[in-house]
Amino acid sequence: MNDELRVYGLHVGIVGLLLISYFVLPEYHSGNLARIMVLAVYAMGYNLLFGYTGLLSLGHALFFSSGMYGLGLAMYHMDFAVPSGILMGLLAALITSTVVGFLALRTSGVAFMIVTLMFAQAGYLTVLYFGEFTRGDEGFVLQQSERVIGSLDLTSPAGRYFAALLLFAICFFLIMYIVRSGFGLALIAIRENEERAKMLGYDVVTLKLKAVVISGVMSGAAGAAYALLFGYAGATFATVQYSIFPLLWVLLGGAGVTIGPLIGTIFMFYLIDYSSSLTMAYMLVAGVVLVLLTLYAPQGLAGELRRSYFKWLP
Amino acid sequence: MEFGPHLMLASLEGAVIAAVLALTAMGLSIVFGVMRVVNVAHGEFFMLGAVIAWTVAYSLGAHPAIGFLAAIIIAPLLVGILAGAADRIILQKINYDPDRTIVVTIGLLYIIQQTTLMTFGPDARPVEPPFNQRLALPWFEFGESGFQLYWPWGLSITSYKLFIILAAITLLIGLWLLMTRTRIGLVMRATQQDSEMAGAFGVPVKSVYAWVFGLGAGLAAIGAVLIVPVQQAHYLMGNEPLLLSFIVVIIGGLGSLPGTVIAALLIGMSDGIISVFFSPTLAKIIATLLVAMVLVFRPQGLMGKLQ
Repeated sequence: MNDELRVYGLHVGIVGLLLISYFVLPEYHSGNLARIMVLAVYAMGYNLLFGYTGLLSLGHALFFSSGMYGLGLAMYHMDFAVPSGILMGLLAALITSTVVGFLALRTSGVAFMIVTLMFAQAGYLTVLYFGEFTRGDEGFVLQQSERVIGSLDLTSPAGRYFAALLLFAICFFLIMYIVRSGFGLALIAIRENEERAKMLGYDVVTLKLKAVVISGVMSGAAGAAYALLFGYAGATFATVQYSIFPLLWVLLGGAGVTIGPLIGTIFMFYLIDYSSSLTMAYMLVAGVVLVLLTLYAPQGLAGELRRSYFKWLP
Repeated sequence: MEFGPHLMLASLEGAVIAAVLALTAMGLSIVFGVMRVVNVAHGEFFMLGAVIAWTVAYSLGAHPAIGFLAAIIIAPLLVGILAGAADRIILQKINYDPDRTIVVTIGLLYIIQQTTLMTFGPDARPVEPPFNQRLALPWFEFGESGFQLYWPWGLSITSYKLFIILAAITLLIGLWLLMTRTRIGLVMRATQQDSEMAGAFGVPVKSVYAWVFGLGAGLAAIGAVLIVPVQQAHYLMGNEPLLLSFIVVIIGGLGSLPGTVIAALLIGMSDGIISVFFSPTLAKIIATLLVAMVLVFRPQGLMGKLQ
């Protein structure tokens, strides 16, 4: 079996496995899995920028919350239907990621991290400042009756699960396609050696901007889907913590591996779920995992697997 | 109150904020300057300083002045030792790689913060100031009888707040003397300029890094001990100083010490004044965006030089 077939087999297999899981797993876990798939889309968007392009952003919560509020506010205040609400969410993420990318990419390294962090912080404060519309920290709830496409009810467990799976599958295959295309390989070249990529004639600035925008829109899609499927938008999702989460998931699962984000999100979700039943200081787990990963497994779970066994993982 | 006295009151509050901010930001700036790493856990060292100060003052149970005196010695020392150990155990292992240092200090942030939540609890706890006389301040007017001084109602400052400002100035002068006039400072500056060359001349670079990291954290802790009689200790209190310190260090020029002091004065004073007269959220949004723009268009900071 050649590597091409292996890659397709793996990706189709994972989506198939997720499809079957709904019928096999008890309802509690399939509910969790719907949430995990949406969050994994967020992590996959982050992975394209961090894992493949080598740009560490500390402000992705801005893109996630752009999608969330783009859809949420349009549906809550202007009675948009679901499809046009989704479009508004994607549009909001597209605009914020283009502006942030355009400005932040003038810097590099540590300055890039701090600039993205600052923009995200400004975004969070903006949500609070317009509390009249966004209801600030408290957030707002999208009515069950609005969250339907035609006759498809997105609030039922099945509707929610398969909508999340559809979004996940689209983004999963898209990422698989991107990172093996010429564009994706150029991004990897930038990650490995930006100067050399420039010397070879790649337009590094435009490539990086494209990566930021694709990553931002995918994160925004996850945010919009989160608001739509779970019916709630709040300022918590714009905080620094939600910028750290995708970093954590990607580092744990494996940066620069297509299946890394899903693996990382599943592990971290259940780890936090379990520890928050023990103590209110559940973020302690996140801290310990971050430190241990950086020290002992900087490649993450899938990265270590790739290094030792499956060299063909994209 | 009229505008004049009101402005003076706001400036005094701003000066207190600026004094503590200068100490905290100086810690971050020294660490960045010498070690070239960004310490995201800096705000948590600040918070630990305040929490340890409360613990010391509470467990002594003596007169507030004795508790405070003990706290201002013990808290920075403990925090410094902890930070030095974190440097030895963690940062040294990853070779101060910039990206990985940020990630690992984010981890450290959560570990310190959440451990405090588990032990100290979610409540805000006050520490009694060692002394706290209210000093009324005069204001002038040009009335019918010409220039005269009067004491407007409400225009006052406590002696403790004045002490914060004086203590911060003393500490900063001491730090400046340490950096420019002593052998320790010489070694630190040598490491900052070229760590490899310093190593070749027999400077124990690894120990210097551990000491500098400890010193930076200790400065944040001192700032926290000074402010905790005014502000109360809380496990989330590190977030704001972290962000403000970032802003100060960036505006002042990464790693430039005089720039850091000037920027702290600027940010602290304007924070105090703006939040008295305007909506604090809007002020913060504008300040945050401005700082991001400074980094984008003038990455060496307002005072720094291009390297």
